[in-house]
Amino acid sequence: MASVMRVIVGMGSAMALAACATTGSSEALADNGDSTSTAVETSPVFNKDPYPSTYRPYPGVPTALVGATVFDGTGREFADTTVLFRDGKVEAVGSGLDTSGYTVIDGSGKYVTPGIIDIHSHLGDYPSPSVPAHSDGNEATSPTTPDVWAEHSVWPQDPGFSRALANGGVTSLQILPGSANLVGGRSVTLKNVYSRTVQGMKFPGAPYGMKMACGENPKRVYGGRNRQPSTRMGNFAVNRQTWLDVKAWAEKDERKRDLGKETMAGVLDGEILIHNHCYRADEMALVMSMAKEMGYRVSAFHHAVESYKIGDLLRENGVCSAIWADWYGFKMESYDAIPENGALLYQAGACVVIHSDSDQDIQRLNQEAAKAQAAGARIGIEIPDGEVIRWITLNAATAMGIEEMTGSLEPGKMADVVLWNGDPLSVYSRPEKVWVDGALLFDANDRKRRPVSDFELGQPGEGDVK
Amino acid sequence: MTIRASLLGAVAALAFAAQAAAQDFIIVNATLVTGDGSEPIEDGVVVVERGRVAYAGPATGQSYATDQIIDVNEAWVTPGLVAAVTDLGLVDVSGVASSNDISASDARFNAALDVAPAINPISQHILVARTNGITRAFVAPDPSNSIFAGQGAIIDTSGDGDVVMKPRAFQMVTLGEGGARRAGGSRTASHVELRNALREARDFAAGRWSGEDNLLTRADAEALGPVISGRQPLLVAADRASDIRAVIALSKEFPRLDLVLVSATEGWTVASEIAAASIPVIAESLQDLPERFEQLASTQSNIGRMHAAGVEVAFNASSARFTHMYTQYAGNLVALSHMPGASGLTWGEAFASISSAPAEAMGMGGQMGVLKPGAVGDVVVWDGDPLEVSSAAIRVFIDGVEAPLESHQTRLRERYRDLDESDLPKAYDW
Repeated sequence: MASVMRVIVGMGSAMALAACATTGSSEALADNGDSTSTAVETSPVFNKDPYPSTYRPYPGVPTALVGATVFDGTGREFADTTVLFRDGKVEAVGSGLDTSGYTVIDGSGKYVTPGIIDIHSHLGDYPSPSVPAHSDGNEATSPTTPDVWAEHSVWPQDPGFSRALANGGVTSLQILPGSANLVGGRSVTLKNVYSRTVQGMKFPGAPYGMKMACGENPKRVYGGRNRQPSTRMGNFAVNRQTWLDVKAWAEKDERKRDLGKETMAGVLDGEILIHNHCYRADEMALVMSMAKEMGYRVSAFHHAVESYKIGDLLRENGVCSAIWADWYGFKMESYDAIPENGALLYQAGACVVIHSDSDQDIQRLNQEAAKAQAAGARIGIEIPDGEVIRWITLNAATAMGIEEMTGSLEPGKMADVVLWNGDPLSVYSRPEKVWVDGALLFDANDRKRRPVSDFELGQPGEGDVK
Repeated sequence: MTIRASLLGAVAALAFAAQAAAQDFIIVNATLVTGDGSEPIEDGVVVVERGRVAYAGPATGQSYATDQIIDVNEAWVTPGLVAAVTDLGLVDVSGVASSNDISASDARFNAALDVAPAINPISQHILVARTNGITRAFVAPDPSNSIFAGQGAIIDTSGDGDVVMKPRAFQMVTLGEGGARRAGGSRTASHVELRNALREARDFAAGRWSGEDNLLTRADAEALGPVISGRQPLLVAADRASDIRAVIALSKEFPRLDLVLVSATEGWTVASEIAAASIPVIAESLQDLPERFEQLASTQSNIGRMHAAGVEVAFNASSARFTHMYTQYAGNLVALSHMPGASGLTWGEAFASISSAPAEAMGMGGQMGVLKPGAVGDVVVWDGDPLEVSSAAIRVFIDGVEAPLESHQTRLRERYRDLDESDLPKAYDW
């Protein structure tokens, strides 16, 4: 009974957070209204959190980072400032703070940011080594697979988690299903802390996301099998009918359990956030209309290389663009990618998130953000450093619905903190120390304070700096 | 109005690039990087005459006859970067098969495949690479159904009608996991395949070719002639330490081969052996994950450790996710030099790893990737430290001719600088 209670309490907080994320944009709320609130009330009683997070923060010591330049994740920058954290939480950011009772770390000449957050990762569901036996990211057997959950594919021994932590300062990440399907399934948000089980990595209280995909991939995968969808219009037809079927199901008084429909109904209820792989501007516009038609909201377009063409629409709809800095020309729908995408979005007042979609680039999100900033500067769009850090911290957290808990160095938030050995927007800087919930989990100066996955034990390169 | 003006400027510049002969010019007041591994110098001068570097170094007070003096006001000036190995010019969109000439999966030939006539000098990827300071590229095919990928070319990125500087400059062969798969499913097969091919090529070159009982086609046997005689470098892709050792053994078995190792992800674990064999390496750079079993020991310190062990090592451009990220990746090698336990490069060495070192690995040392007398007049002016992520090339000279920095990307950028369609659709904004 006690465990059931904990599940319900956990769910409640997750729903509250999802609601926060949804109300993050008043425009979106106005557009969507509350047309979809009925499903919750008539939901059959079932455990919505059957694979609950068992993550527990590791012990830390009260820590004072003194004298560093601090980007707090909200856009602000403070010179020569102290960051205090204790019991896993940020206590204060400021100057002249009393550090007695804290382990003091000299940050002079160094920089502090919140833990970096990757909104788009396949670590664990496409782990290293990337052999077919590990290819667990695309349930490419049907164009809509809302019934699958990425957490059931994540291998918690992926060596990639350690690189993302040590080289990238990544403390939270969203693992998404792939983009073969129009509806790819549920995502899972993790703390970047190794565990024997995926549940031990699950970010407590994070809402689920649901992956959708526009464009080339679904129509190629299924068109190639001579089945719907084989065209972009087929993509939309399948999507719309799927949503209509979910709505019809959700309106019934008596329903059989249906894993896929439960997930999609969770989207209509605002509990589950939509992460929509979509390259082209024209398709993003259509998706935003489809979302209004069906009564849901898109939290972020991912790989949104053409967002710069519709920055106004994205701003009005309150949808974030999760983008690379300068990936270009690898598929037809990426042919109009430009390095100024992020800067033009910023100029339009739209939300920017820099993402990786790569076990390599997740180690350099800071550099990717810096490139996007510099491309803007060259065309006269000056973006403060603090705003650029926000693209890989608080903005990502917001689009993932965890912004009340992490993403910025504000009192009471999780002490997910990176101490960089130099300006994080420089190619020459690397994380020196990384804390997750106040626990020191990477230290460049302590060779044992570096995670080594099971896979790497006893193999060439075990425990190397990587 | 400004958009119209800039377009006219672009057209004029393109015409200039296509037609103009190299003009002599002098760059003064430069933060000068010569590309030979040395650190930048202040108040540097570069003199380019008849399309080649005549002088690069500190201001000496010597006078030159030219009316074209470019005062760069302390900006960084470097040799053009040399991208080795890359698919530049072989593809418009890799995911669009009809635009992609990187590999020939249904071809009857392998070693005879020659990228030179396939290169599109005005591919957008070449323009983007140029905008990022790359002026020369070692363009290689990817292997498809054989361990031999075919013959690569050395090109410039000027976009003019004569970009192929050296066709059939090298042959590519793949060992390791990729070679094993192509040879029939095992490393055992790839080693037989390689040796058999070299023997058949030797027979062909010696006039002992019967055409019967040969596995190579006549064209492939003929193409391998320059490889067995050592006139054409043989680039061998291998990653696992044992595969690298097999390449070293090959150099003893066939001493005339001009071998260059490519990728060599685990090269650092056998660095002293590579150095002793004097085999240059065009190396995997930042790969630090065991993506394949042949890469278990991968680390970003691969290049730094090999360099420290005395290996002649250059940066493999195809190890960057996109060729235009070449400088960023090299900058990361400098970052590593500050990390405990890691091995990186000094700034000058890191820059050399993407300029002079690739040229030297290919036997083209002193000819490109370096600012010294006699080298090609490829000069890049940057708006900041070229290895820093915030920097970009602002002027690019190739063979002494200034090349335009316009592309599909820059045209899109100009069109969408604002979203104003009050008078006409965006389609009229050009």
